[in-house]
Amino acid sequence: MEGAAARSEMGWEPAPEQGWVAPHIAAEFPGLGIAWVEVDARPGPSSEAVRRRLRDLSDRFYGAHAIHMREQPIPWSYRVFFRQIGLDPDRVRTPVEQLALDRLHDGAFLARGLPADALTIATAETCVALRAYDAERLEGRLCIRESAPGESLSGRSGQLEHGTLTIADERGPVELLFGEAERRVERDTRRIAIAAVQVKGVPQVAVDEALWIAVSVIQS
Amino acid sequence: MPGLLERETHAGLQGGDERLARSELRRQIGRLERELSGLVAEAFPLRSVDAGVVASAGPPRVAGLEELERVRDALAERIGEARRALAEQAELWKRNRELLERMLADPAAHKWVRVSRADIGEHGCGHWHSRPRLGPLGMLMGWWRVKVSSGCPLAGRLAAVERQEASG
Repeated sequence: MEGAAARSEMGWEPAPEQGWVAPHIAAEFPGLGIAWVEVDARPGPSSEAVRRRLRDLSDRFYGAHAIHMREQPIPWSYRVFFRQIGLDPDRVRTPVEQLALDRLHDGAFLARGLPADALTIATAETCVALRAYDAERLEGRLCIRESAPGESLSGRSGQLEHGTLTIADERGPVELLFGEAERRVERDTRRIAIAAVQVKGVPQVAVDEALWIAVSVIQS
Repeated sequence: MPGLLERETHAGLQGGDERLARSELRRQIGRLERELSGLVAEAFPLRSVDAGVVASAGPPRVAGLEELERVRDALAERIGEARRALAEQAELWKRNRELLERMLADPAAHKWVRVSRADIGEHGCGHWHSRPRLGPLGMLMGWWRVKVSSGCPLAGRLAAVERQEASG
């Protein structure tokens, strides 16, 4: 994940920040990365324009699309990565496949307010895995690393199994990699961090586009 | 999966060798996943292919050699099963198409035989049915023909039936 400075010079505002990946993990999984962007925004109901965009997206997603999606390079890359980290993507769904499943189950992409709708739109458009956090509860740069002995997720009882892949900040693990966010956006959140998890096979341009779409939807 | 997989195990490797082995296994998993995804898509919507490979319960982690080997072998097994199932299905469709051709050529020799579109691997609800012309008279006289159904019932008709059932 390089080129943040270049994107900033090109007028990508706010420019995404690049997280880091623990060397041991980076050696095992070349291409793994995390980037995030912060935006001043409060959670709340989506505008009519966002709801209309969700409806338009719903019309482009069908059962056949959900099945054939796994053949496309980016969804396939996440499926492969899931298998490589001990997850079965047919049980623990990749973000875009979970979206497709929800779309089929609900009959449409239901409006769930911001930032959830922004993530839905950006993920459906680009297939890139996105997370949303309360930026004010994050400290320092985000990273992907293994959990250390004795570490746990805030708000959860029990320690993490040593070697668990996590997204972490300088304070500690924020969530399991592709798990449920612990420092997620709450009602009193005033600044939102949108993070994209990149795996081998997901091009940088798709990551940038996903973050850009998510931010533009939140700011719209 | 000859030619695709090297089925040797990697037990006993250490350090850099082990990392290389893991890397190779991940590459193989990627290729197998692509192949399995292709088979799932190929089978849809007439047949579903089981693509599930049960992972050992646990959090996301750097999977070790043994686990990667298990995933790879399970994927290869799934692909084998899917290929066999699709080949059997294709053979059945072929035989049914041949039956349909014989039925169309000689309806009287295939009395009351019914072949649906699904039986020959086609979409839709239509079917071919060998039936006598003019009912019992045609049966007695040996006037048989193949009747082609008009396809799927109309949504309006179904809605009317549902309403009727709800009120009745």
